[in-house]
Amino acid sequence: MHNSNKFKIPMGPQHPALKEPESFSIALRGEKIMGVDIRLGYNHRGIEKACEERTFVQDVYLIERVCGICSHSHSTAFVQAVEEVAGLVVPPRAQYIRTLIGELERVHSHLLWLGVAGHEIGFDTLLMYTWRDREIVMDLLALISGNRVNYGMNMIGGVRRDVTEEQAQDILKGVATLEERTKYYIEVATQETTIIKRLSGVGVLKKDDALRLGAVGPTARASGVDHDVRRSDPYAAYAELDFNVITDTNSDVYGRTVVRVKELLESYKMIRQCLKNLPGGPLTVKAPRKIPAGEAISRYEAPRGEDVHYVKSNGGEKPERVKVRAPTLANIQAVKHMLKDRYLADMPIVVAAIDPCFSCTDRLVSVKGNAGKNKKILTWEALRNYSVEWHQVHGIDFTELSHKFRTKMERF
Amino acid sequence: MLNEEKIVQELCAKFNFLENQIKITRPRRIFLETTEEHFAQVFDFCIMNLNFKHLCAITGFDDCDKLSVMYHLSGKDGILLNLKVSVPKDKPVLKTVMSYFLCAEIYERELVDLLGFKIEGLPVGNRYPLTDDWPKDEFPLRKDWKSSDHMKA
Repeated sequence: MHNSNKFKIPMGPQHPALKEPESFSIALRGEKIMGVDIRLGYNHRGIEKACEERTFVQDVYLIERVCGICSHSHSTAFVQAVEEVAGLVVPPRAQYIRTLIGELERVHSHLLWLGVAGHEIGFDTLLMYTWRDREIVMDLLALISGNRVNYGMNMIGGVRRDVTEEQAQDILKGVATLEERTKYYIEVATQETTIIKRLSGVGVLKKDDALRLGAVGPTARASGVDHDVRRSDPYAAYAELDFNVITDTNSDVYGRTVVRVKELLESYKMIRQCLKNLPGGPLTVKAPRKIPAGEAISRYEAPRGEDVHYVKSNGGEKPERVKVRAPTLANIQAVKHMLKDRYLADMPIVVAAIDPCFSCTDRLVSVKGNAGKNKKILTWEALRNYSVEWHQVHGIDFTELSHKFRTKMERF
Repeated sequence: MLNEEKIVQELCAKFNFLENQIKITRPRRIFLETTEEHFAQVFDFCIMNLNFKHLCAITGFDDCDKLSVMYHLSGKDGILLNLKVSVPKDKPVLKTVMSYFLCAEIYERELVDLLGFKIEGLPVGNRYPLTDDWPKDEFPLRKDWKSSDHMKA
């Protein structure tokens, strides 16, 4: 399509440069981006509605699946709100363990991001290095919780698993290696000419714009916004920890890189403090099945920024309302601004630089059938049959292959 | 005096009708409810005079015969002010708050899609978060919308 020398090209919802489904309609003049129209919602799963139809306890596990990367962030934000409504005082040891897992999660998320950022600018060695190192923290999370993601640590009233002295030693060893590697990444990020040149001045978001557009997390802090919920509205054990809020004034993708790598060092500091000062005592307090009527709002500094959960109870065992505002929803609105007047080639790294998570943002895979007046949501089987028929009509038939595969599997 | 208490005092001094409508539930958390009639001036006062310059989120509710909205506003010292306003369900019209917060656009689109609000002043744009072919008269976060009714087919 073109209109007075402007071209409009669609990017997504499925596109090799995008790791999750989102759709950008980009108005271009030559290679220059004149405007961007963003369509979200492809990952909307109706989790808020599903929460209202389940008990508070079931919701802990559901909410944890809002996102795979920052699962602990969501479950902590949710249980904190429920505990506040119920008037529960969570034992200090549980608060420290929640903080410990939260920081380990931040480390794996930031290392994952650094790798993706490297990949988006054609620096795949950085991707290989960071993702290799990230395995250390993934192993530590698996050691404590039994899982690499969706750790299942939180329950209403505390945590489900303890951290043993032996595990603490393994965490300290892992963190020492990661710290050494992170110092190397800081050197790479701040001294490597190709990185500095590729990222500086790209995806600019000035402080005023960050505030005006409601940006959060490392995206806002890299524009000089000195805000971190861990300090301004402390939860879990953060009020007792010594750490710095990292900010940067570059206000571009380079600044966002610097903030994240430096935040890794702060996370290591906090992990060590958590293990050194881990209080004794129980891991949980008993929570009632029915949560007294009331409401609370909980804030959590997730790796991508402020995660907000609102919970309202009507005195029953199911919530009246659960609201999740993930950080990407706050940051995506700044992306349009960052892309204006930039070149098309900058788009993948600018989008990646807010570390977007569209699972978090969209929170029903529901597909409605078109046939008949009463459109109904398709069942999984109906959706599968629809897909098979659609492909057959278009000349792609996997029936024989599928039959062969099934026969082979049956032999096993 | 705590900062939360000062804020409550300032609000009550300016709007005496709010006196029994404000509560501090814990440090850094203020909840208040206002009527549709007074909403615009209370909202403006909170932002311009009390310095709540960051909109964290907007939560919509189906409260039987009413639809309600709660604006979660963040201010200094980590204080979160949660301002609620209700409108009749048969006329769920609210004015956009985009003149204060540009970022409100996506939160307001959610209110439109999931609860059936009509937001005056919201620019024409893409739906969020539902699909383009989602029926216009179905609002999943309304209490009479049950997902089980739609899964039987």
